[in-house]
Amino acid sequence: MNRMALEITGLSAAYQRKPVLSNATFGVEEGQLVGIVGPNGAGKSTLIKAALGLIPSLSGEVRVYGKPYKQQRRLIGYVPQRESVDWDFPTHALDVVMMGTYGRLGWFRRPGFKEKQFAMECLAKVGMADYAERQISQLSGGQQQRVFLARALAQDAQLYFMDEPFVGVDAATEKAIIELLQELKRQGKTVIVVHHDLSTVEEYFDSLLLLNIEVQAFGRTEEVFTRDNLQQTYGGKLAFLERERVSG
Amino acid sequence: MIQHIVAVVADPNTQWILAGCMLLGLCSGVVGCFSYLRKQSLMGDTLAHAALPGICIAFMLTGTKSLLLFLIGAGISGVIATFGIGWITRYSRLKSDAAMGIVLSSFFGLGIVLLTQIQHSSYGNQSGLDKFLFGQAASMIGADVYTMMIVCALLLTVCTLLFKELKLFAFDAGFARGLGYPTALLDQLLMLFIVIAVVVGIQAVGVVLVAALLITPAVSARYWTDRLGVMVVLAGLFGALSGALGTLLSSMVQNLPTGPLSVLSATALFGISVLCGPRRGVLTQAIRTARLRRSERARLRELSAGTMRKEAAS
Repeated sequence: MNRMALEITGLSAAYQRKPVLSNATFGVEEGQLVGIVGPNGAGKSTLIKAALGLIPSLSGEVRVYGKPYKQQRRLIGYVPQRESVDWDFPTHALDVVMMGTYGRLGWFRRPGFKEKQFAMECLAKVGMADYAERQISQLSGGQQQRVFLARALAQDAQLYFMDEPFVGVDAATEKAIIELLQELKRQGKTVIVVHHDLSTVEEYFDSLLLLNIEVQAFGRTEEVFTRDNLQQTYGGKLAFLERERVSG
Repeated sequence: MIQHIVAVVADPNTQWILAGCMLLGLCSGVVGCFSYLRKQSLMGDTLAHAALPGICIAFMLTGTKSLLLFLIGAGISGVIATFGIGWITRYSRLKSDAAMGIVLSSFFGLGIVLLTQIQHSSYGNQSGLDKFLFGQAASMIGADVYTMMIVCALLLTVCTLLFKELKLFAFDAGFARGLGYPTALLDQLLMLFIVIAVVVGIQAVGVVLVAALLITPAVSARYWTDRLGVMVVLAGLFGALSGALGTLLSSMVQNLPTGPLSVLSATALFGISVLCGPRRGVLTQAIRTARLRRSERARLRELSAGTMRKEAAS
């Protein structure tokens, strides 16, 4: 049995007294690609944000490689939703990627030659080396998503959280991203991805978490991705989903 | 004209005013960049209006006019105002712009009440306090400018040291928190910067107009560059230039107020930036579009001429 990369116990969170995540408990082994799937408002992003301490949680414990996540920040990489920032910010792609190194640098120290070179390598890994000096508002949606991924790579983490990395990207970028995730997995890293496209779930993920405020099912994708479980997670919306699903 | 400028600059009194206005423009330009990029442009206006009651209370308690005391007073009422805004947005259905509007006007109302109290009572050293509404740069003396210099130097040093952190925070606060940076603290620090810029500017420009110097130079600078570092430096320069222009203009013509003229100078610089800024400027874009259109037309003419030649040949 592999080491546990992430253990979440009894995690709950609320926005303005309305519970959006209730008593989430699950553990992820090292070297897994894990998808988090559920309907809109199911608390998928909330789960990630609460686990990272970006929003206050009401209860629960998050352990990363056996220790509380606050002691393990250096091991965690994060890709927020692309729309969460203003891309008209006055900066270029390489500069955004270098932000991934800020955690290691600590207060006051500026990124130097070493950080710049590492950030360039990360940009190259997502196929964006030619766009290093490009103002970020002049990048396409897919390119912006790649920049965010490169920034997470620059964090040089063991455990990655990605919030809807496939939203609004073209097919080429989606393929590049999934290849990158598989490369990370081969290096023994663990990746947790909030996902919404049920048609690619079986292809992309080793494990699957079905979420609708509470955890509905969690385990190996082939065991969890069943009609009954989806029915339970999505409720009445499943008729629509069945039309959407290519494989029956 | 040149002679006049030389004469003005040679006058020691005007030198102080010139230095003060330029320092003020520099400070607020730099701070304004970060609050603009944090989408908190209105915060400067709110904190400026909120500063008035704090300054009045500081004066009423101590009976002295001191920049440091005013800073403390403005800081305290600024903190109360930001808590007020936070409280209203959290516990009511109001959005933050409405909350800012409420807090801004009620603090300003309170400030005016206190100001009237001060004017009609026996505080000795109150001359000039009533000028805090619209400012009076001429009342600045050497001691004020020295204090401003120290405050500005401190502020610029902190901004330089924390440039990386402020950039990350302004661009993506969530990511910054994920890396372990205390974003609540950075937020408070930025508020403190705004309060400092406001207090520095109140004597010269007044609470009503000081927010203009926070917003306008920063927005103007954005038109000239796509790099944050350059933008911050440019905004500081634009602010200082506005202050200098305001002082020089008001010294040339009788009865022209320095502070409002500085604000108008900043607006003029903004107008130039909107028109002429590379890439984003209105004129620049119009010229680029016209050029593109011309070359595209020429290309299409080439093309159709080519097809006609081919048709003629066949």
